[in-house]
Amino acid sequence: MQLLKLSSHGRGRISPALEEPSQEVSLDEWRNNPQAHADATALVIPNDASVADIKKDVSGFDVVILDFPQFKDGRAYSQARLIRERMEYSGEIRARGGVLRDQLLFMVRCGFNAFEFGDVGAADAALREFTFAYQPAADSVAPIWRQRLAHARAA
Amino acid sequence: MYRYDEFDATMVAERAAQFRGQVARRLSGELSEEEFKPLRLMNGLYLQLHAYMLRVAIPYGTFSSRQMRRLAHAARKYDKGYGHFTTRQNIQYNWPALVDVPDLLDDLAEVEMHAIQTSGNCIRNVTSDQYAGAAADEVEDPRPWCEIIRQWSTFHPEFSFLPRKFKIAVTASDNDRAAVRVHDIGLRLHKNAGGDTGFEVIVGGGLGRTPYVGHTIRDFLPKEHLLSYLEAILRVYNLEGRRDNLYKARIKILVNAEGAERFRGLVEEEWAQIRSSGIDLLREEIERIHAYFEAPAFEKLPGESVALNAQRDGNGEFDRWLRVNTVAHKIPGYAIANISLKPIGGIPGDISAAQMEAVADLADQFSFDEIRATHEQNLVLPHVRKEDLFKVWRVLKAAGLATANIGLVSDIIACPGLDYCTLANTRSIPIAQRISERLADLDEQESLGELKIKISGCINACGHHHVGHIGILGVDKKGEEFYQVTLGGSAGEDASIGEIVGRGLSSGDVVDAVEKLVQFYKSERNDGERFLDVYRRIGADPFKEALYAAA
Amino acid sequence: MKIVTANSLQDGAVVYLGDDDQWTPQLSGAARFEDSDAKDVLVAAQTRIEEITDAYLVSIDQDGAITGRETLRETIRKAGPTVRLDLGLQAEQCA
Ligand code: SF4
Repeated sequence: MQLLKLSSHGRGRISPALEEPSQEVSLDEWRNNPQAHADATALVIPNDASVADIKKDVSGFDVVILDFPQFKDGRAYSQARLIRERMEYSGEIRARGGVLRDQLLFMVRCGFNAFEFGDVGAADAALREFTFAYQPAADSVAPIWRQRLAHARAA
Repeated sequence: MYRYDEFDATMVAERAAQFRGQVARRLSGELSEEEFKPLRLMNGLYLQLHAYMLRVAIPYGTFSSRQMRRLAHAARKYDKGYGHFTTRQNIQYNWPALVDVPDLLDDLAEVEMHAIQTSGNCIRNVTSDQYAGAAADEVEDPRPWCEIIRQWSTFHPEFSFLPRKFKIAVTASDNDRAAVRVHDIGLRLHKNAGGDTGFEVIVGGGLGRTPYVGHTIRDFLPKEHLLSYLEAILRVYNLEGRRDNLYKARIKILVNAEGAERFRGLVEEEWAQIRSSGIDLLREEIERIHAYFEAPAFEKLPGESVALNAQRDGNGEFDRWLRVNTVAHKIPGYAIANISLKPIGGIPGDISAAQMEAVADLADQFSFDEIRATHEQNLVLPHVRKEDLFKVWRVLKAAGLATANIGLVSDIIACPGLDYCTLANTRSIPIAQRISERLADLDEQESLGELKIKISGCINACGHHHVGHIGILGVDKKGEEFYQVTLGGSAGEDASIGEIVGRGLSSGDVVDAVEKLVQFYKSERNDGERFLDVYRRIGADPFKEALYAAA
Repeated sequence: MKIVTANSLQDGAVVYLGDDDQWTPQLSGAARFEDSDAKDVLVAAQTRIEEITDAYLVSIDQDGAITGRETLRETIRKAGPTVRLDLGLQAEQCA
């Protein structure tokens, strides 16, 4: 599966990533024996794991991989937001599994910036489909209501 | 009424364009049906027995003449000349072709309408009191908050793939016309002891396979925190709700498994983390949205209309319509006029394009351009001058829209059932039609008083049978249509789930059964007691006996 | 005996797989298959995703009439809603 990455958080450009094979370790393995996985670079978090107390686990990793066992299982959207916003994790959050074109924008808004997804053209088009967003999320886009206020104040 | 600005218009136009692309990818075979289905559902497009069905949102049930005319236009151009109002203040078209839906959506987008999130496992169209902004009994107009919820929930990136669908209803009256206790989240605006208005937050109600009345997890939420509190509830649900079993995935199952107290704890804990994180709107934006819902320019009128009193004296039919279908307005000299979409023997909720136009014209002329759709599948002209009521009634009568049966036994809620719906066990509409014909006499109906019959063609309960005073549920017995009767349900402020009484009945017997129940009620009631009151006083057993006594 | 039914992709209309391997709106034009062959026919039909969706098998008797548990549902699909006789295939046949 091809790996696509965003050039920056929020709505950057998306492009295929050069394959830099990451050493993956699952959250359980890591917690059981961190020493044995000292060279791991990517932490794989299952979507039923609580991320409430995960800050110190993720902080040492370049990559956090969140799973969509099926495209319609949306738990990882919340996990990504918590990791990005509450844990203030600034590394790569990668979406794996049921990653569909029409979900990429939602994922980006929740803080994902890498995707195991095959079609860069489709991904690029999908991320351009909406100019605005109504609500704040983990990306840098100001919600519509803030833009309205800014307009009104400027006027 | 809310009007789109450039931001809202862009969102809807971009959504229509996105859906056009998705349809094109499906038609070309690039998308399989399996991949396309969730996409079309998130835009309200189902496949029914005979054709596709498009569900168009009418946010919190408020719309204008212009929008109603466009709905009529769409019914003629893309459908078979009619539409169907649902129990969620939406309208459905039963026959559009997939290839036409993108054009239909463009036509709707021009009048600020859409089908966004009318299906799928996301936050659905927010519903409200159909009398909002007009009712004498509300603490304030709940619709600005509905609009605020609409915007926040539209394409919410975190909550578009929830365990299951999610329905929010808002009321601002002690007389709950929005059924807030049987929604995933029900919000009741009320005043606290200090005179401030805020929300009672009720979570985990719902119908379907396992019906529950919701639990209040917060008595008083200051209004300005509404969105962050909703976000906290939705986040807990998205992470903790069950995904292993379709029938256990609604929030009601989570709330009842955890216990309301523990669930409340989870929500409050999450809310404490996000309440100051910028989710809630600033005061200026809250005020901006409220400004759209400022009361129309009501005239100063005497409370009573002399002309009206003369008109009703000479006309029993009109007088009945006034008694049954109109409701007190908060402004003297005005009334709220209900339009029944339940003609005797008709299809509940169906309306022809010509009727839509008649209603649009009336709203234009006599109701400040406003129309409401109700969750009981009727329409409302919210602000009619009393002295105009006779004119309004005459037009409605000519259009076949003046049946005086609001809240009466023939004002039946019925889901589409097996005449349209792929999930159905049985038909619903013909049962509604036959009950309505059997109990057609309007004098008799009026003397029976409030009596709510609700019919669903399967356990999904789109016809709200659990909360019918008399509920009827279609069950399949070896390929034959059977009907299970429930008694004592209510969707109001005194919400309760109906109890099943006895074995299933054939489609022939179920109409007789309803008649027997109604007769029994009549024989048992004291002065002023509704069917529901009698049921609650004497319990199920006497009703069962009456129902199953050897004929 | 079985027949194959589906909804046409473009407009959602009910269709049946005919003898000429084309889709027809008429139940009377549906090709009949022995129960033992029907599965394979269905699997092949289901691959025609640019023409139809939701294909499945329906049981019929020797005379070609729908039988079994789903008789009412299939009769309504074939003809149209029982509460609107002016709509669906039934309308065309009356006219
Ligand atoms: S209750 Fe069942 S039959 Fe009725 S519309 Fe809902 S899913 Fe269909």
